[in-house]
Amino acid sequence: MNQLLRKPALLAADQGLAIPPTRRGAGPLAALGLAIRLAWRQLKADRARLATAIAGVMFACVLVFMQLGFKGALFDSATNMLAAMRADLFLMHPMTQASFRPERLPRIRAWQALADPDVAHAVPIYLEQATLRNPATGTRRSAQVIGFDASAGAVAFTGLPPLIEALQRPDTLAFDARSRPEFGPVGRLFRDHGPYHLQLGRRDFELVGLVEIGPSFGADGNVVMSETNFRRVFARPPGMADLVALRLTPGADATAVQARLRALLPADVVVLTHAELVRGERAYWENGTPIGFIFLFGSIMGLVVGMVIVYQILFADIAGHLSEYATLKAMGYSNAYLSRVVLGAAVILAVIGFIPGLGLAVFLYDFVAKATFLPLHMPPDRALSVFLMIFAMCFTAGLLAMRKLRDANPADMF
Amino acid sequence: MAQTCPVELHNVTFAYGEGELRRTVLRDVALRIEAGEIVLLTGPSGSGKTTLLTLIGALRAMQQGEARILGQELAAAREAERVALRSRIGFIFQSHNLLGFLTARQNVAMALELQGGLNEAERLARAAEMLSAVGLADHIDKLPAKLSGGQRQRVAVARALVAEPGLILADEPTAALDRASGQEVVHLLRDLARRQGTPILLVTHDPRILDIADRIVAMEDGRITQTPSPSA
Repeated sequence: MNQLLRKPALLAADQGLAIPPTRRGAGPLAALGLAIRLAWRQLKADRARLATAIAGVMFACVLVFMQLGFKGALFDSATNMLAAMRADLFLMHPMTQASFRPERLPRIRAWQALADPDVAHAVPIYLEQATLRNPATGTRRSAQVIGFDASAGAVAFTGLPPLIEALQRPDTLAFDARSRPEFGPVGRLFRDHGPYHLQLGRRDFELVGLVEIGPSFGADGNVVMSETNFRRVFARPPGMADLVALRLTPGADATAVQARLRALLPADVVVLTHAELVRGERAYWENGTPIGFIFLFGSIMGLVVGMVIVYQILFADIAGHLSEYATLKAMGYSNAYLSRVVLGAAVILAVIGFIPGLGLAVFLYDFVAKATFLPLHMPPDRALSVFLMIFAMCFTAGLLAMRKLRDANPADMF
Repeated sequence: MAQTCPVELHNVTFAYGEGELRRTVLRDVALRIEAGEIVLLTGPSGSGKTTLLTLIGALRAMQQGEARILGQELAAAREAERVALRSRIGFIFQSHNLLGFLTARQNVAMALELQGGLNEAERLARAAEMLSAVGLADHIDKLPAKLSGGQRQRVAVARALVAEPGLILADEPTAALDRASGQEVVHLLRDLARRQGTPILLVTHDPRILDIADRIVAMEDGRITQTPSPSA
């Protein structure tokens, strides 16, 4: 330090060189750090403008989060039934696009799958829609009926295990407690009075218990019953099932079994893991319907509005400091350096706008989920992808605003 | 290198506009400034002084003629070379043009950030030292808005000198100041530049500051009309 303080030529009478050697520039990383620091100092100098910018980014952030949240919640609920079926592997007809409209597959494939030593149970599942009578008002509404042999334990709906025995009796069913309220107070009556009779189609059933599945796009509510009872209601060719759930022996490698079954079974079935089954259903609703587009459009609008706000702020900052920017150019700062200052400001706004935006979105998710029973939650990959979108939004705004730097001409300063 | 003089111009001609609107502002200008020399450039408005200053400062691309500034040929210089040259020149403008959101010391330190080899603490120490040299030791952490006009211009002088430039270019540095502050600023500038051995080219209309010059160059209508030999 002492040496430094003594060194400057202005204090010593050091007049050796008329022309100092060309200067070595700062390292690229150090220069970037300095540019970002300058950007931050400039941003924080005008608190009101900074607050506006943060609010703009937050607004875009929350809007995108809500759109993606609603979209995710709708698609999650669309796959409720299959997601609740937690078995190890599934057999499905290759032409089945969505579970509400299944293509039937030969039931014999289930028994063929048992040939693999690692397959412990194979349970055919039967799906039909039927109307269920509201016990309070007597009106009818269409419900998804799921028939299978529950005793094998291959299909693990929440709440099912204690009901397995009761469901084996003739004319019994279990009702999905998460069904939409239009079916009437089915669950409340059961909890208050115990088993009672419900009419499904033209037939009386005894309600023996409640399970938890959740409504889907295809069905407002679900009813679970045994295979035998299912066959009493619906006249169907006995050799055909809609889906087959496979339970593997403990410790078996699901992907290896999946590969062996693919080789073993003919081409009229596909072998899917639980995740693949749910993903396929979700893809149908995402790609086969305009729902995904509607939310995409909403997200894009949010990003465009946010970008315009950030652009305006950055542009005003440059326009208001043109002579200072021109002075920096005269001092030897390159256009590229000043561009990094502007982009640095954009990136700072992205970060400090995203953090409160994320917080607010988490709060709103919780609030809306409680009010609407939609499954709204914040998976980390959504937070990351929205951050990348906000980052890109601010970066683009920075690139657009940067053009204004060309107006800072050091030759006009004199 | 040491023998080359900092500013050498030959046959410099410059015009604005195109076609019928073309207006020549510099005609065959030749100028030499020796190491450590303080040159005042005077002349009526529109005589081309400012254009000459912007060419020497590498703020504009050359059109015709030859110019060698601090060893850099300007005639065919690329933009990047001109930007690099500017970092070796100290500029002082009519208005101070300090960054309003930085303190006096941070403003001065900005001139040091372009060079490697100094860390933040060293930059701030140098800037503080330079501000003391212009008599602002008590004001280093003030924002420009809290300083008087004369003080701001002294900060601008400190900023121009702190990186030990090879040349100082000043354009009417006293125009916005009262007589006393103006005198103070130019004398500071002269004394500090003398100690660093830095040549100064200063454009002015202000007759009160002619006494600081080693040599006065007058311009009229794009030509240098009078170049008395250095009085030293």
